[in-house]
Amino acid sequence: MTHFSKKFIVSAFVGTLLSVSAHAATLNIHNGGDPTSLDPQKISGDWENRIDGDIFEGLVTEDPKDNPIPGQAASWTISPDQKVYTFKLRDGIKWSDGQPVTAQDFVFAFQRLMDPKTAAQYAYLQYTILNAEKINKGEIKDLTQLGVKAIDDKTLEITLENPTPYFLNALMHYTAYPLPKHVVEAKGDEWVKIGNIVTNGPYKPVEWVPGSHVTNVKNDQYYDAKDIKIDKVNFYTLEDQAAALKRYRAGEFDILTSFPADQYDWIQKNLPGQAHVVPFLGTYYYVLNATKPPFNDKRVRQALSMAVNREVIGPKILGTGELPMYSWVPPGTANYGEPAYVSWKDEPYKQKVEEAKKLLKDAGFGPDHPLKAQLRYNTNDNHKRIAVAIAAMWKPLGVDIELYNTETKVHYDEMQRGQVEIGRAGWLADYNDPINFLNLLSTGVEMNYGRWSNPDYDTLIKRGNEQTDLKKRAEIYKKAEQLALDDSAAIPIYYYVSQNIVAPKVQGFVDNIQDIHRTRWLSIKE
Amino acid sequence: MFGYALRRLLSTIPVLWIAVTVCFFILRLAPGGPFDGERPLPPEVKANLAAHYNLDKPLVEQYLIYVGDVMKGDLGPSFANQDFTVTQQIMSGFPYTLTIGGAAFVLATIVGVLIGCLGALYQNRSADYWLGGGLLIGLVMPSFLIAPILQLVFGNTLGWLPVGGWGDGSIRFLILPIIVLTLPHAARISRLMRGSMIEVMSQNFIRTAKAKGIGPRLTVMRHALKPALMPVVSYLGPAASYLLTGSLVVESIFGLPGVGRYFVGAALNRDYGMVLGTVIFYMVLIVVLNLLVDIAYAWLDPKVRMR
Repeated sequence: MTHFSKKFIVSAFVGTLLSVSAHAATLNIHNGGDPTSLDPQKISGDWENRIDGDIFEGLVTEDPKDNPIPGQAASWTISPDQKVYTFKLRDGIKWSDGQPVTAQDFVFAFQRLMDPKTAAQYAYLQYTILNAEKINKGEIKDLTQLGVKAIDDKTLEITLENPTPYFLNALMHYTAYPLPKHVVEAKGDEWVKIGNIVTNGPYKPVEWVPGSHVTNVKNDQYYDAKDIKIDKVNFYTLEDQAAALKRYRAGEFDILTSFPADQYDWIQKNLPGQAHVVPFLGTYYYVLNATKPPFNDKRVRQALSMAVNREVIGPKILGTGELPMYSWVPPGTANYGEPAYVSWKDEPYKQKVEEAKKLLKDAGFGPDHPLKAQLRYNTNDNHKRIAVAIAAMWKPLGVDIELYNTETKVHYDEMQRGQVEIGRAGWLADYNDPINFLNLLSTGVEMNYGRWSNPDYDTLIKRGNEQTDLKKRAEIYKKAEQLALDDSAAIPIYYYVSQNIVAPKVQGFVDNIQDIHRTRWLSIKE
Repeated sequence: MFGYALRRLLSTIPVLWIAVTVCFFILRLAPGGPFDGERPLPPEVKANLAAHYNLDKPLVEQYLIYVGDVMKGDLGPSFANQDFTVTQQIMSGFPYTLTIGGAAFVLATIVGVLIGCLGALYQNRSADYWLGGGLLIGLVMPSFLIAPILQLVFGNTLGWLPVGGWGDGSIRFLILPIIVLTLPHAARISRLMRGSMIEVMSQNFIRTAKAKGIGPRLTVMRHALKPALMPVVSYLGPAASYLLTGSLVVESIFGLPGVGRYFVGAALNRDYGMVLGTVIFYMVLIVVLNLLVDIAYAWLDPKVRMR
């Protein structure tokens, strides 16, 4: 054997050994849209949350079931009036550059979030913190007036405006992540660029190709790094769901975060056990403009709601089994228990239609004097299918519907300006609490597109907000919910479902109501 | 020639300015703003965002700021992708589009010209039917249909090629998107070339060449090819513009990070900066490509004189 060939064999052997020992577990996730930013104060979408939730960690974080568990905080105490939270940070927590994470980093992040100059889209989510709203509105200029103070490097005190039972849940949100003060101050807006960015979560970003992918690798500085099984995660941008499914089938993706609804049957037959379609904390509904006749008449609103055959929408029209919705708050919402339901929930559909006809007749409408209205929805095949089906369901009542379709931006702009008779809307919860849904019907809030207003409802919501006893709070909220349902404030249609496809080799994926699955809890079984 | 090219480029500046101005004001008149969406923002947050992006200033002032920035080479920020400026995004996507579009352009030209020539020389014979007819599939079948079929056959069924993504940029990842992009253009070029070649081959000077005893291959190469290429060259300008500005369909189906997706996405997102940035980028690109076509024309036909 020549010297060269010996050397070649030895190096090939060593190379093979090295490649085996350096074998890194990589997870490839289909993530839908391109992230707006990696800066947690600039994002607003679930596809961005997937990335940022892996690279940053708040005081509180999620367990595999999306329950709050200690994150950067090791423990906390709550004052008797439930307004002051004192957090003790873990020992030895570090940013990915090795610098310690301190209470000042949290103070800095919260102040930056509320600073009007930051223009954080989701700042309002933390308005429960003392003076947060006033600072964000520019009414208080001094950022130090915010109710977030560092007692020392390891102790953080947060004071709230009012007792807020879901506050720990809200702290899991990306608006509550700390920022590396030392890097943001040194690099300015450039702090978030790959190469500059420093994170405190289980992962750190190392590559971002817009339109293609973001790659995160394990952050060795993370306190729980030794228990993390996946070394590298690629979040792929791909909005074409059919193409994503093909790439999943080819083994290029390990997790799909959405799939074409019309492929669900095929997926169940050909990829058994891989589709995870489970209830999701979100509602799909139609608003009725309660300020304009005839929708200011409760009988008209109720008739239209009763005539919607919700049982066929999930299984037949969408094909993905979305659950029919007869409440306003989805079942399974934390701090609530069983929601309130419309009184006619369990009536046979035929009976509902007969009652709806009668209600409309009493309101002066029928086949001889049809109710003419415009139904607006934003461009999407599913919205179109549902609108066509519901218009057909209303037809026997003598309701003549004109379908009006616009792109999303125009749709919501017009809805917000009240230029709507009947309009499609949806809401995915920001945090797991009933108030996140009940607020949609409060007087004067931006998302109350139908302008339905009821002083009793508003009073109940206010009373519930002030209540510190969780059980009593839920009872008050439920009264409000029942009031809204009895008055047919809007037409609930279905509860959303999350639609993931997970390869059998991915372990630790636990379905949960907020569809949050941090990579930290996953592993790959080859 | 250099003076001509420079004059042509400079003459596009007023056109570019008008296009950007019209675009700027039309965009602002469109209903729905960049921050409207499923989650309505509180007024104060909207106001903070508007102030951050100068959207709270009078429209004319916004326009003057934008034009001023463009003259300094700054295409401004993007609302949909805040960590990158518009210039950074276009420059990050263009190499991908250029690689795939460029390869498809070269391939479509070579294949189209070759098959067109063969079709003309073997007119109405089996080679003409099979090659030309086969390529016509690319013309009649849209890319959103061909791409999934190729993915299914070569990716999912045979497992020879990746179904999508850029991967490490190796040729395996590029084959399918390049084929999908090449097919319709190769088909059009072959039809143009075939018709043009048939016409040229019936001209007197070709008959003369044949009478002199020059072989058919040499006749085509030396005398017929250049004049027959004229209609093809006319088509190459628009084809190159199309291929080098990226295809939304192909980039979307294969998950490629090119610039094609900005075409529609930016407008739908009311990403004003990105829409205007792509308009400027595409216009400059199209002007340059048309200029190159004119130069090629002059080279092919001495009768075309550049003044």
